[in-house]
Amino acid sequence: MDATMDKMGGGTVQPLDKTKGTGAVSDPIFVGLLWASGIFVLVLLGLIIAELFQGGLPALQHFGLEFLWSPAWNPVTEKYGALVMIYGTLFSAIIAVIVALPLSFGIAFFLTEIAPQALKRPIGVAIQLLAAVPSIIYGMWGFFVIVPLMAAYVQPPLIATLGQVPLIGFLFQGPPLGSGMFTAGLILAVMILPFITAMFVETLESVPPMLKESAYGVGGTTYEVYKNVSVPYGRTAMVGAIMLGLGRALGETMAVTFVIGNANRLSASLFAPGATIASTIANEFPEAPIGSLKLTSLLQLGFILFVISFIVLALSRALVRSKLD
Amino acid sequence: MASLAARRAKDSTVKAISIGFAVFAIFILGWILWTLLSRGLPALGPHVFTNITMPPGQNGGLLNAIVGSLIQVGIAMLIGTPIGIMAGTFLAENGKTTKIGAAARFVNDILLSAPSILVGLFIYGLLVVPLGGFSGWAGAIALAILVIPVVVRTTEDMLNLVPVGLREAAFALGAPQWKVVMFVTWRAARAGIVTGILLAIARAAGETAPLLFTSLGNNAWSVDLTKPMASLPIAIYQYAGSPFDDWVALAWAGALLITVGVLLLNVLSRLFLAKTH
Repeated sequence: MDATMDKMGGGTVQPLDKTKGTGAVSDPIFVGLLWASGIFVLVLLGLIIAELFQGGLPALQHFGLEFLWSPAWNPVTEKYGALVMIYGTLFSAIIAVIVALPLSFGIAFFLTEIAPQALKRPIGVAIQLLAAVPSIIYGMWGFFVIVPLMAAYVQPPLIATLGQVPLIGFLFQGPPLGSGMFTAGLILAVMILPFITAMFVETLESVPPMLKESAYGVGGTTYEVYKNVSVPYGRTAMVGAIMLGLGRALGETMAVTFVIGNANRLSASLFAPGATIASTIANEFPEAPIGSLKLTSLLQLGFILFVISFIVLALSRALVRSKLD
Repeated sequence: MASLAARRAKDSTVKAISIGFAVFAIFILGWILWTLLSRGLPALGPHVFTNITMPPGQNGGLLNAIVGSLIQVGIAMLIGTPIGIMAGTFLAENGKTTKIGAAARFVNDILLSAPSILVGLFIYGLLVVPLGGFSGWAGAIALAILVIPVVVRTTEDMLNLVPVGLREAAFALGAPQWKVVMFVTWRAARAGIVTGILLAIARAAGETAPLLFTSLGNNAWSVDLTKPMASLPIAIYQYAGSPFDDWVALAWAGALLITVGVLLLNVLSRLFLAKTH
């Protein structure tokens, strides 16, 4: 009986105790977890840089800064340098950007100005799917489909014609192997195209309609408004988008490994086989035992790639975000 | 200034070229899919799913690679998703205007586009060398690092779309932050967060480079996470470059499986998001 009375509220009224509120214990834990995760992401990049730097340090100590511009890569004499790979990385990525850029400008023009509303989304998604195809699939497609095509139908006529032209002929010389810098650049162009296009479209759609309408009002054609109003308005962010494409192309591994020909020598020709930092790491790693000079040289290459990518990506981000702020 | 006719002609030409470029991009996608279907379908039979990888000429399959991929991607998601969602929530809520938040957002954007092969090298130095060998764990953790930035980015973006009034209403009722986040903001942004997770699965499933130095690949049946573990992308890489016709055929079959899976995940997540918003 007494117990029932108690349960029914016969006891004293509890004073409001702030320390026993619903979030007093759980909230600091939850907020702590949020902060910890955020800081973890922040620290992750530092850890990656530190690990690559430390792993590549012995190579830097052994070869000195000369590692950066030495063209040697000889496992027999144990002489290693990064020049050929840095050159190949930049060369192939720049070809990719040069090829992807007009395509992206055109497709962004199509998606923002020409395409009927009903087609816009499906076509936009289809182009974004190009970014979802795994790198290794591009590698196989490039190796089994594009390389033979290049060797049979594209490179021989180019070598026979443009290869004979003074001044630019050196770009188109050598045997038509199919694989090489040019093919790698083309495959990379398809891979970075969706990223550049998506950011172009996003930027162009943020152009204030009144600006465009004013230009139409004074009689501008669709293309003139695109070229003289929309693109200049979004210029900064669009340069950022191009940098993002460049950054992505620099570190692409599997697709390039399949089609670049993997030759450790310098050549100015677009058709010559070459190597990038990423393809060299992927290719040579299996023959680089722990503790070997080769392994630390590969890690040093990784560190160099990280530094190059970081600079390009950070620049891209600064340009893209500058528009938003 | 050029005559009106000339300007109109130029406008039409540029429009035609732009349409041509868009058609070209879709043609490339179709070409890749056609290549995969025409070479992968004939090689696709029950043996691909029932047999493990075997020496050439013995009717080997990809069972161990498929299972290895599922295990590693699964663990990568189990590790990466909670961290990614928490970090994304941090960026959208507590750390939104702080210096640490801004720095973490910057780092996440870099990680999102950083070369995946370097993540492989990182885990190689961090786990493989100290622990004395390649392992499924190392592969899964490398993939988790690739999953995190994707989840962080989508979570933050989606939480930013949740109206502030919704949070304020919950806080006004006296709810602690964990309840507001878990039962109000996360719930409101659920569809977007799930989309991010699906996209992260698609990314992790197709990655090859980070697995080269971490889980290495394994031609025998093994589900032991402390040993080297097979995966679909590594098996494809190994087989596509081989001189044996049946191995190359198997590589195409694997390539078809992985691409169809990844593209379906992408399309489904987009449809899912479009439908719920």
